Amino acid sequence: MTLGVISIVMNFITFPLQVIAIAFLIFAFSRVWLRAREGSIGRGMFLFWILVWMLVLVAVIRPDLTTQLAKKLGIGRGVDVVLYISIVTLFYLNFRSNVMIENLRHEITRLTRVIALSKK
Amino acid sequence: MGKLLVIVPAFNEASVIGKTIKGIRHSLKDAEILVVNDGSSDTTVVEAKKAGAIVVSHPINRGLGGALGTGLYWAKERDIDYVTTFDADGQHDPDDILKVLKPILSGNADVVIGTRTKSGWNEIPWDRKIVLTLSNWLTWWLFGIKTTDSTSGLRAFNRKAIENIQIKTDQMEVSNEFFYEIKRCKLRLKEVPIKVMYTDYSRSKGQKNSNAFSVGVKLLLRLFR
Repeated sequence: MTLGVISIVMNFITFPLQVIAIAFLIFAFSRVWLRAREGSIGRGMFLFWILVWMLVLVAVIRPDLTTQLAKKLGIGRGVDVVLYISIVTLFYLNFRSNVMIENLRHEITRLTRVIALSKK
Repeated sequence: MGKLLVIVPAFNEASVIGKTIKGIRHSLKDAEILVVNDGSSDTTVVEAKKAGAIVVSHPINRGLGGALGTGLYWAKERDIDYVTTFDADGQHDPDDILKVLKPILSGNADVVIGTRTKSGWNEIPWDRKIVLTLSNWLTWWLFGIKTTDSTSGLRAFNRKAIENIQIKTDQMEVSNEFFYEIKRCKLRLKEVPIKVMYTDYSRSKGQKNSNAFSVGVKLLLRLFR
């Protein structure tokens, strides 16, 4: 009987969470689509983010799939797998951003040099 | 002797630049002095011109590497035979310029670094000693060059070095980058002991110890560019 109550309560809690998550995903997909349409992101980035949000959608609707993946990888819970993958991805994206920023800085210096040397 | 250019990178050094330039002029009557004004917001340009230097101005501040890169490029475009870099803040003794030029003029070296740690080790503040030692080690580990002063601002170059060295870093890490370029271009390096004069002013203008980590990371990235 307690188990029954608990599972009803869990469904009650997770259901709105899933609704919120799906609402956010619809918003996320729409942003990716709009940015691609106006040309702010290229084809590669568009496909990358669509893939990312699809994976999130799958994880939200079918959490049991993440558990299966976790078992295959030898990690405890599906949530943990998602977290580990997210952290690695974030590290990589951050590294890429840092490299891009450094490159921008060097390009600005090159421009500054041309301006400085062209003044007479 | 061929044409000598003294490059003085300067960012907001109005209070000392005049004295520094006059000091250089006093030691070297015939040298051209180029002040690279790195986006100063004070009267550095006015003071430098008053003291008789040629001034090239960056519209915005880029950092030491950016300024030295501009100075070297300026020298490359003209018939300059020898270049010396000299700090604007009064840390260096102008009489040391001829000292660092000697191995170059006698044909024994392409690049000379004035090292502060040989004769002036005791004058260096203890916290700088630690950072300098780490920086020397990093220069050896990343670039394979042993040096006793990887962050020295007093350097001399001959024409071969001027033409081959490419400065790609922007800020304080340029001091270490020079060693990478020396290795890459197979230039002959010699070190000459020089005097160091630490004042509260020059310490406030120099490398901050807290910068050390980011300098290291930027140098690592430079290896891949």
